[in-house]
Amino acid sequence: MTVSAPESSAALVKPTAARSYRIWIYLAVLVIALSTTRIFTGADDITSSGTLRAAVIAAIPIALAGLGGLWSERAGVVNIGLEGMMILGTLGAGYFTYHYGVWVGLLGAAVFGAVGGALHALATVTFGVDHIVSGVAINIIALGVASFLAEALFTGLPGGGPTQSPSLDRPPTISVPGLSGWTESLEDKGWFLVSDLAALLNVVVSQLSLFTLVALVLIFGTGWLLWRTPFGLRLRSCGESPSAAETLGVNVYRYKFVAVTMSGALAGMGGAFLALVASSGYQNGQTGGRGYIGLAAMIFGNWRPTGLLTGSLIFGYTDAARLRSGGESVHALLLILSVALLAIAVWQLVRGARLAAVLAALVGGLGLTWYLRTDTIPGDFTQMTPYVMTLLVLALASQQLRMPAADGQRYRRGEAG
Amino acid sequence: MKTLQRAGLALAAPVLALVVAGIITSLVLVAAGDDPAAFWETMLAWPENRSLVNIINEASVLYLSGLAAAIGFRMNLFNIGVEGQYRVATFVAAYFAAQAFLPGYLNTVATILVAMLAGAAWAGIAALLRVTRGVSEVISTIMLNAIAVSLVAYLLRKVGSREGQTIVTDTVPQSGWIPGISLFRDSVTDMYGLVFLAVLAGIGFSVLLNRTRFGFDLRATGHSESAAVASGVDVKRMVIYSMLLSGAVAGLIGMPNLFGVSHNYGSTIQTGIGFAGIAVALLGRNHPLGIAAGALIFAYLSEQANPLGILAGISPEIIAVTQGVVVLCVVIAYEVVRRYRNKLEQRAVAEALEAPGPSKEVTA
Repeated sequence: MTVSAPESSAALVKPTAARSYRIWIYLAVLVIALSTTRIFTGADDITSSGTLRAAVIAAIPIALAGLGGLWSERAGVVNIGLEGMMILGTLGAGYFTYHYGVWVGLLGAAVFGAVGGALHALATVTFGVDHIVSGVAINIIALGVASFLAEALFTGLPGGGPTQSPSLDRPPTISVPGLSGWTESLEDKGWFLVSDLAALLNVVVSQLSLFTLVALVLIFGTGWLLWRTPFGLRLRSCGESPSAAETLGVNVYRYKFVAVTMSGALAGMGGAFLALVASSGYQNGQTGGRGYIGLAAMIFGNWRPTGLLTGSLIFGYTDAARLRSGGESVHALLLILSVALLAIAVWQLVRGARLAAVLAALVGGLGLTWYLRTDTIPGDFTQMTPYVMTLLVLALASQQLRMPAADGQRYRRGEAG
Repeated sequence: MKTLQRAGLALAAPVLALVVAGIITSLVLVAAGDDPAAFWETMLAWPENRSLVNIINEASVLYLSGLAAAIGFRMNLFNIGVEGQYRVATFVAAYFAAQAFLPGYLNTVATILVAMLAGAAWAGIAALLRVTRGVSEVISTIMLNAIAVSLVAYLLRKVGSREGQTIVTDTVPQSGWIPGISLFRDSVTDMYGLVFLAVLAGIGFSVLLNRTRFGFDLRATGHSESAAVASGVDVKRMVIYSMLLSGAVAGLIGMPNLFGVSHNYGSTIQTGIGFAGIAVALLGRNHPLGIAAGALIFAYLSEQANPLGILAGISPEIIAVTQGVVVLCVVIAYEVVRRYRNKLEQRAVAEALEAPGPSKEVTA
């Protein structure tokens, strides 16, 4: 059976060779820019394997939340409740890991998240409640449930308390024996470009958490499932044109329900990653808005798995940079950002977009002045970096993005026009 | 008879939601091994006079927050950023008031205006991003909330002074304070003198929405954007205006406390009011009286939950579950009632059309 709504067949076109080739160029430019900045400013931590590893660890929860958003929005349901499902995930991970170990913990987090997702599906799909409204309500409930149950579950356990679980086991990590030492020594040399690439390689071959691998499998698996199988085509058709899907015999309610529940499960696993890999147990308020950032990463990634992974890595990197010698690193990043904005200004001027050029030049100039007049960035500002980045990136990227055509719209069976 | 049926249906939804929320809360309590009977005994006990005052105070603040959210909601604009706008505005206002540029109550009035401007400006960022760059206001206001927290913390450290564990701005000159109103002789807390601000805002909201062209355009855009555009509404301008207005009302949230109790902005500022306001607005269907009822219910629940730990050995956190479930249930219930009403209307129309009588009177 095939569904051939015009939008979804357009979305089926394979990414062309030229596009994937361009990604590598961007990546190369980025690495060269970072490496140059490192040499120039002496902010060694901006490409150290420590920072990059922290960046991956910070990026994966965001990516999993974003992946949850992708499932839900591809089926046409906006899921602002990801934050709440993630919170439920951290709680599930804390409880089940303490009693049954990390893998059951991951599963428990997914189940807890899925419960939140099913609730969202019930409200939006079955009852036709506005998606944002339902999501906001779920966030409130999840926050309440998590802080209430945390107190009930963790008080009295050794090392646990009303707001946090006992310290928990970490998921196992893997290292490639020869390579990890070799890349480490190469990184320590501090050579231009070579050491930076070595640090990058070191992140992959040394102390890689198995949870990270699971997350990557989920992300690329989603890409395959949603874009290469009939199931995925039908699911996406529910987000593009549910009434067309209905006329072709797709059970739109069921697909939406599955997608939103899955969305919750993925966000829950993101929560598990936060509780088990990024820290060593459940804490109240651990998610800190990462569900929302995940949603932003997904929008930035144009509702595609690889795109959202890229977005998450950017956010993860800014998050990691602020944590590891934050003032210095973010200060160095400010230089890159300002120079990039000035370059954009020149490019816009050449294209004839005068207003955009002036704006970019203004912001870039301000950034550069700030960079030159200070040696470090105050802690409060490094803390807001990921959020400012999110806004900037969305503001710059948002007009080239295309969301699923029926995303966020109410759908009722039998009301096809 | 018809109106009676309508009113009944309108009331059915919130009552149903409260009952369901009560049942779910009890189930959660049972699951966690707590005693629901003790919970209800504490919750349903008549509040002490002191608590009554607290409920009114809390409700007035929640009401302002709910109004701020509702302005956006009425035109399908989701201002999740009330929290950030309220923080920025309260900080700016406290700083401004402490400078005492103006004497006495002139300072108070000017400060309130400054707070509204600051709130509007912070909301304006999201509005600008939305109309110029197409960034969803949901995401941008959430990001701006987080940015507001860091920004205000930074500025507070710059201009504030240390007082024990917290950092606070300078104190507002006493001539501008609004004294509390003592409701009960045995209550240690007084009602905010600025409670009337909430009442005024509510009346203003009602007049604006129902009696002005702007309000009409706003509601029209919320009901059907394409129809509004067709009738000449400039949607971009509406987005900016309503977002600014929403931010301005959010700026009012901190005022009763600033001029009545704290007299400065400190790092211990009450958080979460912005989010609770969203819930309150949803609970009250974005209607000025409904929001008032919602604010009272939320304030009642929070205040009554305080002694839960001491009296019943139950964590007061449970009340957040109740509040969240109430909101979710109420929106579901409204939707169910709406569908049911549509069905009734359709049936009435069908009957009227089939009946031989004059069918022109049917307007549904």
